[in-house]
Amino acid sequence: MWRDSRVAAAFIAATLLAAVPVRADESALVLADGDGVGQVKASCSICHSVDYILMNSPFQDATGWDKTVTKMVKVMGAPITPEDSKIIVAYLAKHYGKDSGG
Amino acid sequence: MDRRRFLLNSTGTIAGGLLIPRLVAAEETLPAGAVSSGILDAIPGKRPLIKRSYRPPNYETPVSVFREEYTPNDAFYVRWHSGLPEVSLADWRLRIAGPGVQRPREFTHDDLTRRFKMAQVAAVNQCSGNRRGLFSPHVPGVQWGYGAMGNAIWRGVRLKDVLEDAGLTGNALEVVGNGADAPMLTSPDFAKSLPMWKALDPDTLIAFEMNDAPLPVSNGFPARLVVPGWTATYWIKALADLQVTDKAFDGFWMKTAYRVPKGMFGVSGFESQDTEQNSPITSIKVNSLVVSPDPGAPLAVGRRTEVMGIAWDGGSGISGVEVSLDGGAKWRAAKLGRDLGRYSWRQWRYAFKPRASGVQTVMVRAFARDGSTQVDKLVHNPAGYHHNVVQKVDFHVA
Repeated sequence: MWRDSRVAAAFIAATLLAAVPVRADESALVLADGDGVGQVKASCSICHSVDYILMNSPFQDATGWDKTVTKMVKVMGAPITPEDSKIIVAYLAKHYGKDSGG
Repeated sequence: MDRRRFLLNSTGTIAGGLLIPRLVAAEETLPAGAVSSGILDAIPGKRPLIKRSYRPPNYETPVSVFREEYTPNDAFYVRWHSGLPEVSLADWRLRIAGPGVQRPREFTHDDLTRRFKMAQVAAVNQCSGNRRGLFSPHVPGVQWGYGAMGNAIWRGVRLKDVLEDAGLTGNALEVVGNGADAPMLTSPDFAKSLPMWKALDPDTLIAFEMNDAPLPVSNGFPARLVVPGWTATYWIKALADLQVTDKAFDGFWMKTAYRVPKGMFGVSGFESQDTEQNSPITSIKVNSLVVSPDPGAPLAVGRRTEVMGIAWDGGSGISGVEVSLDGGAKWRAAKLGRDLGRYSWRQWRYAFKPRASGVQTVMVRAFARDGSTQVDKLVHNPAGYHHNVVQKVDFHVA
Protein backbone atom coordinates (compact mmCIF):
# COMPACT_ATOMS: atom_id res chain seq x y z
CA MET A 1 0.00 0.00 0.00
CA TRP A 2 1.51 3.36 -0.98
CA ARG A 3 1.95 5.82 1.81
CA ASP A 4 0.21 8.57 -0.07
CA SER A 5 -1.65 9.14 -3.30
CA ARG A 6 1.21 11.16 -4.79
CA VAL A 7 3.45 8.12 -4.75
CA ALA A 8 0.61 5.96 -6.08
CA ALA A 9 0.02 8.41 -8.94
CA ALA A 10 3.69 8.48 -9.76
CA PHE A 11 3.69 4.70 -9.77
CA ILE A 12 0.87 4.62 -12.31
CA ALA A 13 2.67 7.19 -14.44
CA ALA A 14 5.80 5.06 -14.32
CA THR A 15 3.77 2.03 -15.42
CA LEU A 16 2.51 3.94 -18.44
CA LEU A 17 6.05 5.07 -19.25
CA ALA A 18 7.20 1.47 -19.23
CA ALA A 19 5.17 0.80 -22.35
CA VAL A 20 7.04 3.49 -24.31
CA PRO A 21 10.30 2.24 -25.74
CA VAL A 22 13.41 4.28 -25.06
CA ARG A 23 13.81 6.87 -27.80
CA ALA A 24 16.64 5.72 -30.00
CA ASP A 25 18.57 8.29 -31.93
CA GLU A 26 21.07 5.70 -33.02
CA SER A 27 20.21 6.33 -36.66
CA ALA A 28 22.36 9.46 -36.33
CA LEU A 29 25.47 7.38 -35.59
CA VAL A 30 27.89 7.37 -38.49
CA LEU A 31 30.38 4.60 -39.21
CA ALA A 32 33.41 5.15 -41.45
CA ASP A 33 32.88 4.15 -45.05
CA GLY A 34 34.88 1.17 -46.26
CA ASP A 35 34.88 -2.51 -47.12
CA GLY A 36 32.80 -4.39 -44.57
CA VAL A 37 30.71 -1.51 -43.26
CA GLY A 38 27.59 -3.24 -44.61
CA GLN A 39 28.37 -6.42 -42.70
CA VAL A 40 29.10 -4.45 -39.52
CA LYS A 41 25.79 -2.58 -39.71
CA ALA A 42 23.80 -5.71 -40.53
CA SER A 43 25.39 -7.95 -37.87
CA CYS A 44 26.34 -5.76 -34.91
CA SER A 45 23.16 -3.68 -35.05
CA ILE A 46 20.94 -6.71 -34.45
CA CYS A 47 21.64 -6.45 -30.72
CA HIS A 48 23.23 -3.08 -30.01
CA SER A 49 23.76 0.41 -31.34
CA VAL A 50 27.12 0.93 -33.04
CA ASP A 51 28.30 3.50 -30.49
CA TYR A 52 29.70 0.39 -28.77
CA ILE A 53 32.24 0.38 -31.61
CA LEU A 54 32.89 4.12 -31.46
CA MET A 55 33.45 4.29 -27.70
CA ASN A 56 35.78 1.28 -27.79
CA SER A 57 38.14 3.02 -30.20
CA PRO A 58 40.87 3.57 -31.07
CA PHE A 59 42.74 1.30 -28.66
CA GLN A 60 42.18 -2.29 -29.82
CA ASP A 61 44.33 -3.99 -32.46
CA ALA A 62 43.07 -6.71 -34.82
CA THR A 63 43.62 -9.37 -32.14
CA GLY A 64 41.55 -7.34 -29.68
CA TRP A 65 38.70 -6.80 -32.12
CA ASP A 66 38.83 -10.50 -33.07
CA LYS A 67 38.36 -11.41 -29.40
CA THR A 68 35.36 -9.11 -29.18
CA VAL A 69 33.71 -10.46 -32.36
CA THR A 70 34.41 -14.06 -31.27
CA LYS A 71 32.74 -13.36 -27.91
CA MET A 72 29.71 -11.88 -29.67
CA VAL A 73 29.37 -15.03 -31.78
CA LYS A 74 30.26 -17.73 -29.24
CA VAL A 75 28.82 -16.24 -26.04
CA MET A 76 26.15 -13.79 -27.15
CA GLY A 77 24.86 -15.85 -30.06
CA ALA A 78 25.39 -13.31 -32.83
CA PRO A 79 24.48 -15.02 -36.14
CA ILE A 80 27.65 -14.10 -38.03
CA THR A 81 29.31 -16.48 -40.49
CA PRO A 82 33.08 -17.10 -40.15
CA GLU A 83 33.58 -15.27 -43.47
CA ASP A 84 31.68 -12.21 -42.30
CA SER A 85 33.49 -12.29 -38.95
CA LYS A 86 36.81 -11.92 -40.79
CA ILE A 87 35.50 -9.02 -42.84
CA ILE A 88 34.10 -7.33 -39.72
CA VAL A 89 37.36 -7.71 -37.76
CA ALA A 90 39.36 -6.32 -40.70
CA TYR A 91 36.99 -3.34 -40.95
CA LEU A 92 37.12 -2.61 -37.20
CA ALA A 93 40.92 -2.89 -37.05
CA LYS A 94 41.32 -0.62 -40.06
CA HIS A 95 38.86 2.11 -39.08
CA TYR A 96 38.57 1.76 -35.28
CA GLY A 97 41.83 0.04 -34.41
CA LYS A 98 44.82 1.13 -32.41
CA ASP A 99 46.65 2.44 -35.45
CA SER A 100 43.64 3.88 -37.27
CA GLY A 101 44.40 7.34 -36.00
CA GLY A 102 40.78 7.97 -35.37
CA MET B 1 66.28 15.97 1.29
CA ASP B 2 64.55 13.69 -1.19
CA ARG B 3 63.61 14.84 -4.65
CA ARG B 4 59.96 15.22 -3.82
CA ARG B 5 60.71 17.43 -0.82
CA PHE B 6 63.06 19.50 -2.95
CA LEU B 7 60.38 20.07 -5.56
CA LEU B 8 57.94 21.11 -2.89
CA ASN B 9 60.35 23.61 -1.37
CA SER B 10 61.34 25.07 -4.69
CA THR B 11 57.73 25.66 -5.71
CA GLY B 12 56.70 26.84 -2.26
CA THR B 13 59.00 29.85 -2.43
CA ILE B 14 58.05 31.04 -5.89
CA ALA B 15 56.61 34.53 -5.88
CA GLY B 16 53.05 35.06 -7.11
CA GLY B 17 52.72 35.40 -10.87
CA LEU B 18 55.17 32.64 -11.73
CA LEU B 19 53.97 29.35 -13.10
CA ILE B 20 53.74 26.38 -10.78
CA PRO B 21 55.63 23.52 -12.40
CA ARG B 22 53.60 20.33 -12.90
CA LEU B 23 54.37 17.88 -10.12
CA VAL B 24 52.21 15.03 -11.29
CA ALA B 25 51.42 13.31 -14.55
CA ALA B 26 48.11 14.04 -16.20
CA GLU B 27 45.18 11.71 -15.52
CA GLU B 28 44.34 9.01 -17.99
CA THR B 29 41.44 10.09 -20.16
CA LEU B 30 38.59 8.28 -21.89
CA PRO B 31 39.27 6.77 -25.33
CA ALA B 32 38.85 9.42 -28.04
CA GLY B 33 35.88 7.55 -29.51
CA ALA B 34 34.13 7.55 -26.13
CA VAL B 35 34.64 11.29 -25.77
CA SER B 36 33.21 12.06 -29.22
CA SER B 37 30.26 9.66 -28.96
CA GLY B 38 29.47 10.57 -25.33
CA ILE B 39 26.93 13.28 -26.09
CA LEU B 40 24.26 14.57 -23.71
CA ASP B 41 20.95 12.89 -24.45
CA ALA B 42 17.67 12.54 -22.54
CA ILE B 43 15.66 9.34 -22.37
CA PRO B 44 12.10 9.22 -20.95
CA GLY B 45 12.04 10.11 -17.27
CA LYS B 46 15.58 11.47 -17.29
CA ARG B 47 17.24 14.83 -17.76
CA PRO B 48 20.06 14.87 -20.33
CA LEU B 49 22.79 12.43 -19.27
CA ILE B 50 26.06 11.38 -20.89
CA LYS B 51 25.12 8.78 -23.48
CA ARG B 52 27.48 5.83 -23.66
CA SER B 53 25.18 3.66 -25.79
CA TYR B 54 21.64 4.05 -27.11
CA ARG B 55 20.81 0.35 -27.24
CA PRO B 56 20.90 -1.17 -24.73
CA PRO B 57 20.56 2.15 -22.87
CA ASN B 58 23.70 3.07 -20.94
CA TYR B 59 23.77 6.64 -19.62
CA GLU B 60 26.18 8.26 -17.21
CA THR B 61 25.51 10.96 -14.60
CA PRO B 62 27.51 14.21 -15.01
CA VAL B 63 29.86 14.72 -12.05
CA SER B 64 28.33 18.11 -11.12
CA VAL B 65 25.14 16.26 -10.06
CA PHE B 66 27.14 14.62 -7.25
CA ARG B 67 27.21 17.97 -5.41
CA GLU B 68 23.87 16.89 -3.99
CA GLU B 69 23.82 14.47 -1.05
CA TYR B 70 21.38 12.22 -2.87
CA THR B 71 21.34 11.80 -6.63
CA PRO B 72 17.99 12.89 -8.09
CA ASN B 73 16.11 10.04 -9.75
CA ASP B 74 15.97 11.83 -13.10
CA ALA B 75 19.77 12.17 -13.06
CA PHE B 76 20.58 8.68 -11.79
CA TYR B 77 22.74 6.68 -14.23
CA VAL B 78 21.23 3.95 -16.40
CA ARG B 79 22.79 0.58 -17.21
CA TRP B 80 21.18 -2.36 -19.01
CA HIS B 81 22.62 -5.49 -20.60
CA SER B 82 19.64 -5.91 -22.92
CA GLY B 83 16.54 -3.86 -23.65
CA LEU B 84 14.39 -2.22 -20.99
CA PRO B 85 11.62 -4.62 -19.96
CA GLU B 86 8.03 -3.42 -20.03
CA VAL B 87 6.48 -4.26 -16.69
CA SER B 88 3.01 -3.23 -15.57
CA LEU B 89 2.49 -3.08 -11.84
CA ALA B 90 -0.82 -4.94 -12.12
CA ASP B 91 0.82 -7.90 -13.87
CA TRP B 92 4.04 -7.87 -11.86
CA ARG B 93 4.73 -10.91 -9.69
CA LEU B 94 7.71 -11.93 -7.62
CA ARG B 95 8.33 -15.67 -7.50
CA ILE B 96 10.42 -17.34 -4.79
CA ALA B 97 11.31 -20.97 -5.36
CA GLY B 98 14.17 -23.44 -5.70
CA PRO B 99 15.63 -26.38 -3.77
CA GLY B 100 16.58 -24.09 -0.87
CA VAL B 101 12.99 -23.07 -0.22
CA GLN B 102 10.35 -24.97 1.77
CA ARG B 103 7.24 -23.18 0.45
CA PRO B 104 7.52 -21.60 -3.00
CA ARG B 105 5.78 -18.24 -3.07
CA GLU B 106 4.37 -15.78 -5.55
CA PHE B 107 3.64 -12.22 -4.45
CA THR B 108 2.03 -9.19 -6.01
CA HIS B 109 3.28 -5.73 -5.13
CA ASP B 110 0.39 -5.28 -2.69
CA ASP B 111 1.08 -8.67 -1.08
CA LEU B 112 4.66 -7.67 -0.37
CA THR B 113 3.94 -4.22 1.01
CA ARG B 114 1.04 -5.44 3.17
CA ARG B 115 2.73 -8.54 4.47
CA PHE B 116 6.20 -7.25 5.25
CA LYS B 117 7.54 -4.32 7.20
CA MET B 118 8.98 -1.51 5.10
CA ALA B 119 12.66 -0.73 5.57
CA GLN B 120 15.06 1.77 4.06
CA VAL B 121 18.76 2.33 3.59
CA ALA B 122 20.91 5.13 2.18
CA ALA B 123 23.42 3.53 -0.15
CA VAL B 124 25.76 4.19 -3.03
CA ASN B 125 24.90 2.22 -6.15
CA GLN B 126 28.05 1.91 -8.24
CA CYS B 127 28.49 -0.02 -11.47
CA SER B 128 31.36 -2.53 -11.32
CA GLY B 129 32.81 -0.85 -14.40
CA ASN B 130 32.64 2.72 -13.14
CA ARG B 131 35.80 4.54 -14.39
CA ARG B 132 36.64 1.68 -16.78
CA GLY B 133 37.21 4.28 -19.48
CA LEU B 134 40.10 5.69 -17.44
CA PHE B 135 42.04 2.42 -17.47
CA SER B 136 45.52 2.54 -18.95
CA PRO B 137 45.93 0.56 -21.10
CA HIS B 138 42.25 0.75 -22.03
CA VAL B 139 40.11 -2.38 -21.78
CA PRO B 140 37.00 -3.07 -23.89
CA GLY B 141 33.53 -2.62 -22.43
CA VAL B 142 31.23 0.30 -21.73
CA GLN B 143 33.68 3.20 -21.43
CA TRP B 144 32.38 4.78 -18.25
CA GLY B 145 33.93 7.89 -16.78
CA TYR B 146 33.23 8.90 -13.16
CA GLY B 147 29.44 8.85 -13.30
CA ALA B 148 28.26 5.22 -13.35
CA MET B 149 27.18 5.67 -9.77
CA GLY B 150 24.74 7.49 -7.52
CA ASN B 151 23.58 7.79 -3.93
CA ALA B 152 19.96 7.29 -2.91
CA ILE B 153 17.62 6.34 -0.11
CA TRP B 154 16.15 2.99 -1.08
CA ARG B 155 12.89 1.80 0.42
CA GLY B 156 11.16 -1.54 0.24
CA VAL B 157 10.93 -4.81 2.11
CA ARG B 158 13.78 -6.86 3.50
CA LEU B 159 14.89 -9.75 1.29
CA LYS B 160 15.47 -11.63 4.55
CA ASP B 161 11.81 -11.33 5.59
CA VAL B 162 10.59 -12.58 2.21
CA LEU B 163 13.01 -15.52 2.18
CA GLU B 164 12.12 -16.49 5.74
CA ASP B 165 8.43 -16.38 4.86
CA ALA B 166 9.14 -18.95 2.15
CA GLY B 167 11.20 -20.96 4.63
CA LEU B 168 14.82 -21.79 3.94
CA THR B 169 16.04 -25.36 3.94
CA GLY B 170 19.25 -26.41 5.68
CA ASN B 171 21.10 -26.67 2.38
CA ALA B 172 20.23 -23.20 1.04
CA LEU B 173 23.50 -21.87 -0.46
CA GLU B 174 22.81 -18.92 -2.81
CA VAL B 175 19.89 -16.71 -3.81
CA VAL B 176 19.66 -16.11 -7.56
CA GLY B 177 17.90 -12.93 -8.62
CA ASN B 178 16.53 -12.58 -12.15
CA GLY B 179 14.85 -9.60 -13.76
CA ALA B 180 12.11 -9.27 -16.36
CA ASP B 181 14.63 -8.20 -18.99
CA ALA B 182 14.90 -10.84 -21.72
CA PRO B 183 18.25 -11.76 -23.24
CA MET B 184 18.95 -10.88 -26.85
CA LEU B 185 19.14 -13.78 -29.34
CA THR B 186 20.75 -16.71 -27.55
CA SER B 187 22.88 -14.61 -25.20
CA PRO B 188 22.89 -15.69 -21.55
CA ASP B 189 20.07 -14.37 -19.37
CA PHE B 190 21.24 -11.75 -16.90
CA ALA B 191 20.92 -13.30 -13.44
CA LYS B 192 23.09 -12.89 -10.35
CA SER B 193 23.43 -14.78 -7.10
CA LEU B 194 24.17 -13.74 -3.52
CA PRO B 195 25.61 -15.82 -0.70
CA MET B 196 23.09 -16.47 2.07
CA TRP B 197 24.82 -14.16 4.56
CA LYS B 198 24.46 -11.20 2.22
CA ALA B 199 20.90 -12.14 1.19
CA LEU B 200 19.92 -12.31 4.88
CA ASP B 201 21.61 -9.03 5.82
CA PRO B 202 18.86 -6.75 7.17
CA ASP B 203 20.08 -3.95 4.86
CA THR B 204 19.58 -6.03 1.71
CA LEU B 205 16.21 -4.99 0.29
CA ILE B 206 13.66 -5.57 -2.40
CA ALA B 207 13.18 -1.86 -3.08
CA PHE B 208 10.19 -0.18 -4.72
CA GLU B 209 11.24 3.40 -4.16
CA MET B 210 14.30 5.54 -4.35
CA ASN B 211 14.39 9.02 -2.83
CA ASP B 212 10.67 8.86 -1.91
CA ALA B 213 9.43 8.09 -5.41
CA PRO B 214 8.83 4.88 -7.36
CA LEU B 215 11.90 3.55 -9.14
CA PRO B 216 12.22 5.06 -12.61
CA VAL B 217 11.59 2.51 -15.36
CA SER B 218 15.24 2.75 -16.38
CA ASN B 219 16.36 2.07 -12.80
CA GLY B 220 14.33 -1.10 -12.40
CA PHE B 221 10.63 -0.33 -11.90
CA PRO B 222 8.73 -1.78 -10.12
CA ALA B 223 11.26 -3.50 -7.84
CA ARG B 224 14.98 -4.06 -7.64
CA LEU B 225 17.39 -5.71 -5.30
CA VAL B 226 19.39 -3.32 -3.15
CA VAL B 227 22.65 -4.89 -2.01
CA PRO B 228 24.40 -2.15 -0.02
CA GLY B 229 28.18 -2.18 -0.21
CA TRP B 230 28.31 -4.46 -3.23
CA THR B 231 28.68 -3.28 -6.81
CA ALA B 232 25.49 -2.68 -8.78
CA THR B 233 25.72 -5.88 -10.85
CA TYR B 234 23.93 -7.61 -7.94
CA TRP B 235 21.16 -5.00 -7.69
CA ILE B 236 18.86 -6.83 -10.13
CA LYS B 237 16.39 -4.46 -11.78
CA ALA B 238 12.77 -5.26 -12.65
CA LEU B 239 13.18 -8.17 -10.24
CA ALA B 240 10.83 -11.03 -11.10
CA ASP B 241 12.30 -14.22 -9.74
CA LEU B 242 14.32 -15.45 -6.76
CA GLN B 243 15.68 -18.98 -6.74
CA VAL B 244 17.31 -20.33 -3.60
CA THR B 245 19.85 -22.89 -4.72
CA ASP B 246 21.70 -25.68 -2.96
CA LYS B 247 24.56 -25.45 -5.47
CA ALA B 248 26.75 -22.63 -6.72
CA PHE B 249 24.83 -20.84 -9.49
CA ASP B 250 26.72 -21.27 -12.77
CA GLY B 251 25.09 -18.67 -15.03
CA PHE B 252 27.43 -16.83 -17.39
CA TRP B 253 27.17 -13.51 -15.52
CA MET B 254 28.36 -15.17 -12.31
CA LYS B 255 30.69 -17.90 -13.49
CA THR B 256 32.46 -16.08 -16.35
CA ALA B 257 31.70 -12.37 -16.22
CA TYR B 258 32.13 -9.88 -13.38
CA ARG B 259 35.27 -11.64 -12.19
CA VAL B 260 38.54 -10.37 -10.76
CA PRO B 261 41.83 -12.29 -10.52
CA LYS B 262 41.98 -14.26 -7.25
CA GLY B 263 43.46 -12.29 -4.39
CA MET B 264 44.02 -9.09 -6.39
CA PHE B 265 41.44 -7.17 -4.36
CA GLY B 266 41.34 -9.22 -1.14
CA VAL B 267 38.80 -11.88 -0.28
CA SER B 268 35.42 -11.86 -2.04
CA GLY B 269 33.28 -12.97 0.89
CA PHE B 270 31.54 -15.25 -1.60
CA GLU B 271 33.36 -18.59 -1.19
CA SER B 272 30.90 -20.71 -3.17
CA GLN B 273 31.73 -18.60 -6.26
CA ASP B 274 35.52 -18.47 -5.81
CA THR B 275 37.69 -20.57 -8.11
CA GLU B 276 41.44 -21.24 -8.17
CA GLN B 277 41.91 -18.42 -10.69
CA ASN B 278 39.39 -15.77 -9.85
CA SER B 279 36.61 -14.43 -7.64
CA PRO B 280 33.37 -12.59 -8.27
CA ILE B 281 33.63 -8.83 -7.85
CA THR B 282 31.75 -8.01 -4.63
CA SER B 283 32.46 -5.08 -2.26
CA ILE B 284 32.98 -1.53 -3.48
CA LYS B 285 36.52 -0.28 -2.81
CA VAL B 286 37.15 2.92 -0.87
CA ASN B 287 37.08 5.88 -3.23
CA SER B 288 36.64 9.63 -3.51
CA LEU B 289 35.76 12.19 -6.15
CA VAL B 290 36.14 15.95 -6.59
CA VAL B 291 32.77 17.42 -7.58
CA SER B 292 33.41 21.18 -7.30
CA PRO B 293 34.60 23.62 -8.60
CA ASP B 294 34.13 22.82 -12.28
CA PRO B 295 37.52 21.77 -13.69
CA GLY B 296 37.12 24.38 -16.42
CA ALA B 297 36.54 27.28 -14.03
CA PRO B 298 39.71 29.32 -13.42
CA LEU B 299 40.77 29.95 -9.81
CA ALA B 300 42.17 33.29 -8.71
CA VAL B 301 45.55 33.79 -7.03
CA GLY B 302 45.07 34.63 -3.37
CA ARG B 303 41.31 34.09 -3.37
CA ARG B 304 39.84 31.48 -1.04
CA THR B 305 38.73 28.43 -2.99
CA GLU B 306 36.70 25.58 -1.61
CA VAL B 307 37.14 22.16 -3.16
CA MET B 308 34.22 19.83 -2.51
CA GLY B 309 33.76 16.16 -3.06
CA ILE B 310 32.41 12.85 -1.90
CA ALA B 311 33.97 9.71 -0.42
CA TRP B 312 32.55 6.22 0.04
CA ASP B 313 33.45 2.56 0.51
CA GLY B 314 31.80 -0.85 0.72
CA GLY B 315 30.08 -0.20 4.02
CA SER B 316 32.67 0.21 6.76
CA GLY B 317 32.17 3.97 6.49
CA ILE B 318 34.52 6.86 5.77
CA SER B 319 36.93 7.79 8.57
CA GLY B 320 38.77 10.60 6.82
CA VAL B 321 39.64 12.40 3.60
CA GLU B 322 42.96 14.09 2.84
CA VAL B 323 43.92 16.63 0.20
CA SER B 324 47.35 17.35 -1.27
CA LEU B 325 48.19 20.48 -3.24
CA ASP B 326 51.84 19.63 -3.86
CA GLY B 327 51.77 16.40 -5.81
CA GLY B 328 51.35 14.12 -2.82
CA ALA B 329 54.17 15.29 -0.53
CA LYS B 330 51.99 16.86 2.13
CA TRP B 331 48.45 15.80 2.95
CA ARG B 332 45.95 17.76 5.04
CA ALA B 333 42.60 16.65 6.43
CA ALA B 334 39.45 17.73 4.64
CA LYS B 335 36.33 18.59 6.63
CA LEU B 336 33.78 15.79 6.53
CA GLY B 337 30.07 16.47 5.96
CA ARG B 338 27.33 14.78 7.94
CA ASP B 339 27.22 11.02 8.21
CA LEU B 340 24.26 9.73 6.15
CA GLY B 341 24.92 6.09 7.00
CA ARG B 342 27.78 3.71 6.39
CA TYR B 343 26.66 2.70 2.88
CA SER B 344 26.07 6.27 1.75
CA TRP B 345 28.79 8.50 0.43
CA ARG B 346 30.03 11.29 2.63
CA GLN B 347 30.62 14.84 1.50
CA TRP B 348 33.90 16.62 2.28
CA ARG B 349 35.35 20.07 1.69
CA TYR B 350 38.76 21.70 1.76
CA ALA B 351 39.52 25.42 1.50
CA PHE B 352 42.78 26.95 0.29
CA LYS B 353 44.19 30.05 -1.42
CA PRO B 354 46.10 29.40 -4.66
CA ARG B 355 49.49 31.06 -4.33
CA ALA B 356 50.64 31.27 -7.93
CA SER B 357 49.18 31.28 -11.42
CA GLY B 358 49.44 28.21 -13.59
CA VAL B 359 48.22 24.68 -13.05
CA GLN B 360 47.20 23.72 -9.52
CA THR B 361 46.77 19.98 -9.16
CA VAL B 362 44.50 18.83 -6.35
CA MET B 363 44.87 15.26 -5.13
CA VAL B 364 42.40 13.55 -2.79
CA ARG B 365 42.42 10.27 -0.92
CA ALA B 366 39.80 8.71 1.34
CA PHE B 367 40.27 6.40 4.29
CA ALA B 368 37.71 3.83 5.37
CA ARG B 369 37.00 2.62 8.88
CA ASP B 370 38.24 -0.83 7.89
CA GLY B 371 41.72 0.71 7.48
CA SER B 372 41.77 0.70 3.69
CA THR B 373 42.68 3.63 1.48
CA GLN B 374 42.88 4.37 -2.23
CA VAL B 375 45.69 3.19 -4.48
CA ASP B 376 48.35 5.48 -6.01
CA LYS B 377 48.63 3.31 -9.10
CA LEU B 378 45.92 1.48 -11.02
CA VAL B 379 45.49 -2.20 -10.20
CA HIS B 380 44.96 -3.26 -13.79
CA ASN B 381 42.57 -6.17 -14.41
CA PRO B 382 41.08 -7.48 -17.66
CA ALA B 383 37.48 -6.39 -17.10
CA GLY B 384 38.29 -2.89 -15.88
CA TYR B 385 36.92 -3.05 -12.31
CA HIS B 386 37.69 -1.32 -8.99
CA HIS B 387 39.31 1.84 -10.34
CA ASN B 388 40.02 3.72 -7.11
CA VAL B 389 43.24 5.50 -8.01
CA VAL B 390 43.84 8.74 -6.11
CA GLN B 391 42.37 11.45 -8.34
CA LYS B 392 44.50 14.31 -9.64
CA VAL B 393 42.42 17.26 -10.74
CA ASP B 394 44.05 20.17 -12.54
CA PHE B 395 42.70 23.66 -11.96
CA HIS B 396 43.91 26.67 -13.87
CA VAL B 397 44.94 29.53 -11.62
CA ALA B 398 44.86 32.99 -13.22
